[in-house]
Amino acid sequence: MLQQLEGSKAIALGIALCRPEVVCAYPITPQTHIVEAIAEMVKKGELEQCEFINVESEFAALSVAIGASAAGARSYTATASQGLLYMAEAVYNAAGLGLPIVMTIGNRAIGAPINIWNDHSDSMAMRDAGWIQLYAETNQEALDLHIQAFRLAEALSCPTMVCVDGFILTHAYEQVEIPESRQVDAFLPPFDPVQVLDCADPISIGAMVGPEAFMEVKYLQHHKQQSALELIPQIAAEFSEAFGRNSGGLLKSYRTDDAQTIVVALGSVNGTIKDAVDEMREAGHSIGSISITSFRPFPLQAVRTALEKAKRFVVLEKSLSVGLGGPLSDGVRKAMSGTGLKGYTVIAGLGGRAITKRSLMALFMQAEKDELELLNFLDLDHDVVNRQLAREKETRRSGPVAENVLRSIGTVASRIA
Amino acid sequence: MTLQTIKFYQTGTFTVGNRLLDESQRTVQANMRRTNSLNSGHRACQGCGEALGARYAIDAAMRASNNQVIAANATGCLEVFSTPYPETSWQIPWMHSVFGNAASVATGIAAALKVKQKKGIRVIAQGGDGGTTDIGFACLSGMFERNDDVLYICYDNEAYMNTGVQRSSATPAGARTATTPAAGPHPGNPFGTGKNLPLIAMAHHIPYVATASVANLHDLEAKVEKAMGIHGARYIHIHVPCPLGWGSHPSDTVKIARLAVESGLFPLFEAEHGEITSSSAIRRKAPVEAYLKLQRRFAHLFGERPDLETIAQIQEIADRNIARFSLEGR
Amino acid sequence: MFQIRIHGRGGQGVVTGAELLSIAAFLEGRHSQAFPSFGSERMGAPVVAFCRIADHEIRLREPVMSPDAILVQDPTLLHQVDLFRGLSASGIVLVNSGKNLNELGLAEFSENHPVYCLPATEIALEHIGRPLPNSALLGGFAAFSGQIGIDSLEKAIGEKFKGKTGQDNRAAARAAFDHVKEIMHAATA
Repeated sequence: MLQQLEGSKAIALGIALCRPEVVCAYPITPQTHIVEAIAEMVKKGELEQCEFINVESEFAALSVAIGASAAGARSYTATASQGLLYMAEAVYNAAGLGLPIVMTIGNRAIGAPINIWNDHSDSMAMRDAGWIQLYAETNQEALDLHIQAFRLAEALSCPTMVCVDGFILTHAYEQVEIPESRQVDAFLPPFDPVQVLDCADPISIGAMVGPEAFMEVKYLQHHKQQSALELIPQIAAEFSEAFGRNSGGLLKSYRTDDAQTIVVALGSVNGTIKDAVDEMREAGHSIGSISITSFRPFPLQAVRTALEKAKRFVVLEKSLSVGLGGPLSDGVRKAMSGTGLKGYTVIAGLGGRAITKRSLMALFMQAEKDELELLNFLDLDHDVVNRQLAREKETRRSGPVAENVLRSIGTVASRIA
Repeated sequence: MTLQTIKFYQTGTFTVGNRLLDESQRTVQANMRRTNSLNSGHRACQGCGEALGARYAIDAAMRASNNQVIAANATGCLEVFSTPYPETSWQIPWMHSVFGNAASVATGIAAALKVKQKKGIRVIAQGGDGGTTDIGFACLSGMFERNDDVLYICYDNEAYMNTGVQRSSATPAGARTATTPAAGPHPGNPFGTGKNLPLIAMAHHIPYVATASVANLHDLEAKVEKAMGIHGARYIHIHVPCPLGWGSHPSDTVKIARLAVESGLFPLFEAEHGEITSSSAIRRKAPVEAYLKLQRRFAHLFGERPDLETIAQIQEIADRNIARFSLEGR
Repeated sequence: MFQIRIHGRGGQGVVTGAELLSIAAFLEGRHSQAFPSFGSERMGAPVVAFCRIADHEIRLREPVMSPDAILVQDPTLLHQVDLFRGLSASGIVLVNSGKNLNELGLAEFSENHPVYCLPATEIALEHIGRPLPNSALLGGFAAFSGQIGIDSLEKAIGEKFKGKTGQDNRAAARAAFDHVKEIMHAATA
């Protein structure tokens, strides 16, 4: 049924349709509305045969999911930002053990300075942990990706993160088609674990593995993700057949045929990019965009195919690899290595800085003229930066950077963006 | 889970149990056909108190649950020595995730069993003192306060033995460890530090808390059996000497454990819902020196000029325990 | 696409207001998107929420930079916050106040933009018994802008608030709607 509702609520309804058996969570903005909604459904008895556990930390949340999954239960949790980092050890552990847990990330920046707003620093910090990472463009896709994620995770016995832009999607009201439970039941079979703690057939899980086998175990994790490159489009195609709409897949191209400039990005910002593309196309510019859904595994071949006819690509990313650039660019550049295609990295929207269509269009026009640097920062206030640099030069005890920067900007209560 | 015939290696100690007792009163370990949950062939050191304690406890838990036990294990000696893949010593479904999360993993297993309506299967979490009192403390406290249906067993050997004998919050005052060396004006672990986890567990008002020792097999098994008969969060803290970390002779493990009890340094008691319900009276009171002298981690207190002042301070701790837990012979 | 910005203070229901508008538009078969300004503000702090209404899928995710309508729940924000920033040339403004434009210092501003004052708090006190101007302001907006119908707004309110609360809020919205219609009628008459 088509409904106008908050993204978090849509995701929660989607999770409930997947019939999770153990859900555990620790509150962190902007993930809270998702687990609150699930807690309510469990408490009211609308979501049956599900244990909802309020834990004392994110580390415990994922650890409970690990235990539950190893005992054969379909397990789910959600987190964001600092919470994802707090559970980092368990994040790697779940992947290493091959437990098909599904976790929503309400993408949010990582401090310091503490910041509750959206960017991709959190999930990017865990990009090499061995989880599949899918990024949602809209709330409809966020819901759909969760259904596909359980299917994918359980098929491969590999944990999967569904990354949803915090606030921008989690707190946005928009229309979402909520599937029927029989549709989801037909699409997602009950969890059939490849390993399970069973008294009738006792096994030991999580033993120490030495140099003689560790490489092989790790390689098999990589192999699993490589096979996900085939499985993800297959599941998306089946989903499309069953539910009548396109969601998921490795990536989605928008007006890229004959485009000389192609923008590459993850998540909800692709909506704004598409509007910018349309407006520029109308004005005669040759531009298109690619929204990457599967960041892990990274679809090298699909990216190469999608970009190879262009003249240049612009990677717009909401995460900064401090000291290098952007993690998404690394993948795109690798995909395009040897082609001689010009590529630009643009770091944008850190800590919730609004990414406006106006700024994007100005940026893309600069890109068309190859006037960009290899690494660019969208809407960076150079005056503020320079003032701080001067302050640091002037005096040894220049004080905390964040406080200085805020002071030099002045009150922000009146700012819209 | 099939029973297997085992040999008794430990004749001459009390560990096998008293075969003069009526059969129904004999220990699980005294039974030639016990389950032997932690099988022989593991890589524990000679005289390992933790290996002993774990087998005693899990065997007893298996008997109490008709072998329907799943265990979650914290990182540590027990985890490392029991599962040198592809071999495992565990005769039960067993899982290790990371160092600090055994209690949470057990909560997850228990939740899965509940939702799958596997009512007869019981969940145990186990770890050493570091995995329990330090890094796993938050998860443990969370499991306690939610009253999850998990029995947590801490094998307390009073330091991080797996990493080479560093201090934990369970290391006793005066003890030498790699990070509290016997050097300087105040050698060893400082006085006035550390935490008492059984008392902290009691503060959560969970249904059952007990301390036990590998020196008192009957008592240990009885406490495990009692804990297995209760649902909700339960905690058993077992004192397990470590020859490597304590600098003791492997054949003295049970003797040292007994001296810890008899001196009052490790009181044996039970508590239900936050109230102490019983304590084991000391049969033959021993001075703390008798306990300390057998361990090189306390060697700096003796030698040519014994550190009488520090020894007296340790005796004070023992005497306080005796008064506090009513350990005086009755 | 019609873009709305609602300004108020934490606790006044700014976010709920934007959500209600989006639900009302959805009920009319239109596309809509509502989202808050994502602050960690506590009660009483200035907050902003946004709503977009269109006849096609809304892909834009930026904050509403050039609103077609601005709703001000708390008139004390008027000269503290840059409320009218980016207001489109034909943009309308609705202020919750029993005062007139002169008293609010908006006389000059109103020469270039349609600005209305609506005593939404008074209407709320009358119908809900509490100073919660949200529903009344939305009812006023429905009349003033013509972007959403009062029936669908009432339905949206009914979806969000059950029982007596819903009833009272619907009444407040309807009363405000009638109030604005009357003023507009008088102005054109």
